[in-house]
Amino acid sequence: MNRIKEILYNIRPEEDFAVSDNFIEDGMLDSFDIVMLVTELDEAYSISIEGTDIVPENFRNIETIYNLLKKNGAVI
Amino acid sequence: MNLKFQNKRISGILTVLPSKEMAFEDNIHNYNFLPQQSLKLKKVMGYDKHRVFEDNVCTSDVCVYGLEYLFDKNLLKKDDIDALLLLTQSPDYLMPPTSSVIQGRLGLKQDMLCMDIMQGCASFEVGLITAFSLLEQDAIKKVVLLNADILSKKVSKRDRNSYPLIGDAASVTIIEKEPDGQAIYANIKMDGTNCNALMIPAGGLRMPSTAETAVLAEDENGNFRALDHLVMKGDAVFNFVQTEVPPMIESLMAFAGFDIELVDYFMFHQPNKFMLQKLADKMKVPREKMPCNIVENFGNASGVTVPTAITFNLGEQLIDNSYMMCLAGFGVGLTWSSILMRVGNLDFCKMIDYL
Repeated sequence: MNRIKEILYNIRPEEDFAVSDNFIEDGMLDSFDIVMLVTELDEAYSISIEGTDIVPENFRNIETIYNLLKKNGAVI
Repeated sequence: MNLKFQNKRISGILTVLPSKEMAFEDNIHNYNFLPQQSLKLKKVMGYDKHRVFEDNVCTSDVCVYGLEYLFDKNLLKKDDIDALLLLTQSPDYLMPPTSSVIQGRLGLKQDMLCMDIMQGCASFEVGLITAFSLLEQDAIKKVVLLNADILSKKVSKRDRNSYPLIGDAASVTIIEKEPDGQAIYANIKMDGTNCNALMIPAGGLRMPSTAETAVLAEDENGNFRALDHLVMKGDAVFNFVQTEVPPMIESLMAFAGFDIELVDYFMFHQPNKFMLQKLADKMKVPREKMPCNIVENFGNASGVTVPTAITFNLGEQLIDNSYMMCLAGFGVGLTWSSILMRVGNLDFCKMIDYL
């Protein structure tokens, strides 16, 4: 979980991801942030998140991102 | 829809590119985002350089330039052209067809067919399918397929969604009968219910361009564009591509009875590097078999990215060699189409600058 947070802060250092349960609705991540997040997650966990999984619902909060990583074979 | 063709070949491909090159950094301050954010995006999406024509250059100018080059080099004879197909979203006029303008400017024979087809990202595949179909006629022995788009004029310079990736280009592809040609397999699908995913709202009869349609407005993501400009629903297009393209390719291979591992190159339309790499991974295709270097070097000139990928990555290798290629285009329409065919032993395969 800490690694995911670290990557999120790396992309959007000005946001406080600890206070939100919906990064998308709260305007903390836009579609380009998601693209950058996927690229960094792919690299950090040596996976390739499936294109069809790259939808806003999977990036709402730390838990959904964690589930996405598990689904795509990440060893966490 | 699955389609099969026999005894046709591509005999030459020429790409005509603008000589004016712009760097991503040249426009970075036009965007309503922090430069460091935009720079991160540059790396991921493959935005770097893109080529655009000067404001006074139109589609017929570039097509005429390419065809005159081929005539001058004796790579094509005027009287051999039985059909001239132009696939573009940026015609010179609403009427007449730009293909007729080109025919007139070049003094081509009257005993021929000229046809404009409005298609975007899948225009190379739609053009090839149309050319193969025309070649079923005894009277048509050689088709010149022109793919050309000059969309930079229709994209807001303050739209980070679209401007960094847009490019202008044209290509001339010669297609002819080949008695000993291998079978060519193709498929095509359309979904007009999502036609607003990529569109230019104003400028047609539904919403004529006015002073009001030229006014820039900010969207929810901080991009500024007018109704006269191209608008792309990036998320919807991305999901459409990731959902529809892998099964399309699987279906094409099944129809052809061909093992995907035996395909030498996947020359796909190139909206951005990220999208293509995700497609390659999903299809379990080695990324090096699917070049994704056109957007970063030239920009996305809609359907022209496919012939550009061929001329840029293989070029003269295709004079003495041939490769099994899977070509695919997907986007505006929505349209998605793919073709499996052997491409090679060409008379020419090159890129030139429009000067």
